[in-house]
This record gives sequence, structure tokens and C-alpha cells, in this order.
Amino acid sequence: MNLVALKMLLGDRAKYLGLVFGIGFATLLMSQQVSIFIGLMTRTASQIMDVREPDIWVMHPRVKYVDELEAMPSVDLSRVRGVDGVAWAVPLYKGNAVIRSDEGLLQQVILMGLDDGSLVGRPPKILMGSLADLKRPNALMIDRAGHQFIWPGEPLSIGRIVEINDRRVEIVAIAKASPPFVTFPVVYTRYSEALRFTPPQRNKLSFVLVKAADGVDPDVLTRRIRDRTGLQALTWQEFAWRSVRHYVERTGIPVNFGITVTLGFIVGAAVAAQTFYIFVLENLRQFGALNAIGVTDLQILRMVILQALVVGVLGYALGIGLCSLFFWFTRDVPALDGFILRWQVIAGTGVAVAIIMLLSSLASIRKVFVLDPAVVFRG
Amino acid sequence: MASAVAMRAQGVVKDFENGGTATRVLHGVDLQIEAGRLTLLIGPSGCGKTTLLSILTGILTPSAGEVDVKDVRITALRGATKARFRRENLGFIFQQYNLLPALSAAENAAIPLVAGGMPLREAAERARATLARIGMADHADKLPNQLSGGQMQRVAIARALVHGPSVIVCDEPTAALDEETGRKVMEILRGIASDPNNAVLVVTHDNRVYHFADRIVTMNDGRITGEMTPPRASERQHA
Repeated sequence: MNLVALKMLLGDRAKYLGLVFGIGFATLLMSQQVSIFIGLMTRTASQIMDVREPDIWVMHPRVKYVDELEAMPSVDLSRVRGVDGVAWAVPLYKGNAVIRSDEGLLQQVILMGLDDGSLVGRPPKILMGSLADLKRPNALMIDRAGHQFIWPGEPLSIGRIVEINDRRVEIVAIAKASPPFVTFPVVYTRYSEALRFTPPQRNKLSFVLVKAADGVDPDVLTRRIRDRTGLQALTWQEFAWRSVRHYVERTGIPVNFGITVTLGFIVGAAVAAQTFYIFVLENLRQFGALNAIGVTDLQILRMVILQALVVGVLGYALGIGLCSLFFWFTRDVPALDGFILRWQVIAGTGVAVAIIMLLSSLASIRKVFVLDPAVVFRG
Repeated sequence: MASAVAMRAQGVVKDFENGGTATRVLHGVDLQIEAGRLTLLIGPSGCGKTTLLSILTGILTPSAGEVDVKDVRITALRGATKARFRRENLGFIFQQYNLLPALSAAENAAIPLVAGGMPLREAAERARATLARIGMADHADKLPNQLSGGQMQRVAIARALVHGPSVIVCDEPTAALDEETGRKVMEILRGIASDPNNAVLVVTHDNRVYHFADRIVTMNDGRITGEMTPPRASERQHA
């Protein structure tokens, strides 16, 4: 009876297309909004995830997430280095600064000061220039999105002179860094230069980045650093999740996205369920006749589930396809950098669509099974 | 030789619950339908004909009483077993045809075979032969919306015959048809009933078709009230 079920479904083309597009719209809405939400939340930890050499981030005990800074005295670097099991420990400066371009434009930036010797903390990819040039005095590296933000429409170029807190510095390299949650450009310099570029302050050490010695468990080492120094030590994974959780728990972003995703689910479910329900309702007499002729309840159940499965799979494929196209077309848009359609979202949306179609078919099939069989004899 | 009994109803009662009140629509009906005969069940609207037909075919369950079809107690069958019994032994012709609009005439006629597990293509080929028997060979590939009322009813007849059932039940098969088309449909049913293995039961209140019957059973207010002599039936039998 499978072919009969499919012919019944495809025979009513308007309803069939309405069902597929209803499911497709719901899939698109859910997968696109969840992807943007995940992308946005990932940005809150992007600066941690970009720095993969160290195992552990050490910071002031009151720091709750990566954008909340409370500097430590520089002596804390030595205290951390003195803990057993630390292979190496380097300083990292993170703060805000204002740069003035040669056109006179002022722009607030995130200033990262990397360890002078190792440059640990650098972004993963250099697009233009050389990392070694960062060791020259008054040298600055900027991320690509920041370059496009400050000089929109202009090709990437190095050698530009900008002022940072009234000090003239040269952009010697352009990097590809994961975009931060706040949309400020990110600029990199050496730790010692960052201390020079920023106003005097008693403490300036934002983080100590630590590599565990061979054979030392980073989790064990974090506890040891906490016990020995009184500082807060977290593995990079813990720190990344803590930053994500902070934004999830302390901002309205998840609620807003949650509402949109829920609406997508409800609208999709309502459109699909209603259209499918009407489709079954209009075929009720036919289902009744089939039942009278001798088609069993199980065969009718399988027919309805097959019809739901077909529109569900086609609608889902359409929605995921449109969502993929959206992210493919916007892949070079700086504002959407890092927003991708993840397999987990594809799978999760698939589960949501399956639930929608299951509910739709259950609601419809109930109508078939409670049908007064004698309806087929009525004129 | 006496005709074999194809269907037997004994003491069939049917109550319908409506807002806590039970309404009795059948009051202990006893009825036999013999093979090789075309039996008409007639009576005014609302007298319980369709309810009795539904019970005789196992579509409705009686509140009391028993129904045997071909010596099988259909009232004792349940669920898929009952559906399978209907599919293998009964053929249905409805007043409103109940054809699937997306299927061709041949595919519609093939439904009982498909429900029994035969692939649609193979079943449709067999249904073409049945359609040809009733003069519908040229319309086998048409969709229902390309057929007239009489042609649709003939497709419904082919659907009722394709799997070779021994009992054909029809509910007002001519009600939606003009006189000439209704006559052709009844001639086909008359032909089916001429086979001593087949029983045909027609529920109708169309007095234009009474003369096709071998037997006319009258019904009123949920009871079998008697039998009428079919007009000119004796002449047809002599012929």
C-alpha cells in the first residue's frame, strides 16, 4: 500500500507542497537561529579557544569570564612558575585601548599583549606580514575583521601607521583571529609594548598562561596552582565554558534566541500539523473505504506514517539546504564570521522535525481510527 | 436444489449511544442471504438498512446477535483478522464510489489485491481484465475526475469483483446515476448474481431497479417486515 499512500500524497499537489514548505520553513528557522546562537556564544570564548599552546589559564580569583578583567601583580607570574609540574608560564595582557587611524578616526580596540619571547597567545593564522616583525619596537598586528572594520572596502595592507593612546605604531601583520563577542577590532603587540602603550597602573598582568610538564595532569596542576598561589587556575576548556555560561546565564541573548527557535518549532509544527491534519481529514472517507474494503488499521497507520515521513524528510532537506545556502552566501560577511551550520544543529533540527511529524501524524491517525466506519456508506 | 446461505444474521440488535441515551436502531433482525441470487433490501430512509449492511459486513459490531458469512462467524472476528476476512470474501460498492482521486481506474480497481500484498503494477494489470469484463477497458488509465458517474460506479464494481469475492454488497449503487446508467449497473450486478457461487445484496430505495431482483426484503423501523415479490422476476427466471 506504500505506493498507494504516495500517490494519494502527491495527487494533492497544493497540499503536498504546502506541507513540504511548512516543514522547510520551520527547519530553516530553527537551524539558522540555533546556528547563529551557537556562533554568538562561541564568540564569547573565542579568544580562549584561539590560544591552544597552554593547558591552563591563571587569573585573579575574582575573574568570572574572559571579558571581565582584574589584573594581578607581576610577581604572580614568578609564583606560578614556581609551582611543581609547570613546564612554562608566560604573561598575557588583555585590555581596551583607543587607536587613531591616519584619517583621524578613533576606534576602541581590544589590545592583547603577548609574551615577548614566545609570542604565546598569538592568533592561529597570519594572513599578511610576519610574526617576527612583531618583535620590532612600536609594532602592532591587527585581525582581518578589525582591518575591514576600520578601513572598510580597502584591501588588506601592512605598513599603516596608527596612534595607540597617542603613541605612533606600525601595523606589521594581519591575522585571522576568531571574532570576539564584542565587535571591537583585536590588535596584538608584545607584552612589554602593551604595558608601554597603556596608561600607568599598579597591576597589569591579566593572565598567566601555563603549560603542564610532560606526564602532569592539567586538572591536577590547576588544583596545585590554586592551592599554592591562591590564584584562580582553570584549564582552557573550563575557562571557555565558564565564559559561555556567563553570557548564557547573565544576558537575555539565550532567552531571545530561545523564543525565536521555539516560535519556529511552534509555527512549523502548527503549519505542518494543521496542513497534514486537513490532508488526512479530506481523505478520511477514502481511508474509511479502504478500511471497509479490508485494508487493516496497521496498513492505514503505515500509509499515514509514510506520508508524514516523506513530507518530513523533503521539508527537512529543503530547510537544511536553504540554511546551508544562507551560511555559504554569508561566509565572507565579517558580522557573521564563525557562524556555521554544525552537524549537531543538523541532527537536533532533524529530531525536532521528527517530533513535529510524529505529533502531526498521531493527531491525524487518531481521527482515522475513531472514524465511524459506516461513514463510507453515507451519501 | 436449495441455494447455499452466504450470509446469516440472527437476532441482531444495534444500539447507538447519544448523550447518555441509547437509541435502538435494529431490533433483533434475522436475515439470510442466499448465493446465486440478487437480494434487495429496501425500506424508507432511517429504517436501519445501512446499519444492518455495516453489521453484515463486519464494519460495525452489533450490540447483540450473531452474523455468519460463508459459515464464518464474522461477529467473533477482531481487528486485522476481520479486515482480512472482508478483503478476501466481500466486495463493496458504495453510493459515492469512494475512489481514490490520485489513482487511475485500473489502480483503484486493484486496491483489494494491493491490500493483500500484490504489487500495484501487477494488481493493476489484473484489474484491467476485470474492467474489460464490464466494458471499461478503454478507461483503465483515466483518473476518476475524467470519468462520468456511471463509469466511476463501474470502476467501483470492478474493485468489488477483482479479488473474486463470493458476496457482493452494494449500498444505493444507482442513487447517484441516471436511469439508463443505473440500469446498466444493475445488469452487471444481475450478471454477477447469476453465478451460483455469488451472492449479491443491494440496499436501495430506488424502485426503478426492483425488477432486477430475485428477492426483495423489506425493512422498517429497525425490523425486517417481510418480503415482496419482485416484478417480472418469474418471467426472467423462465427465460
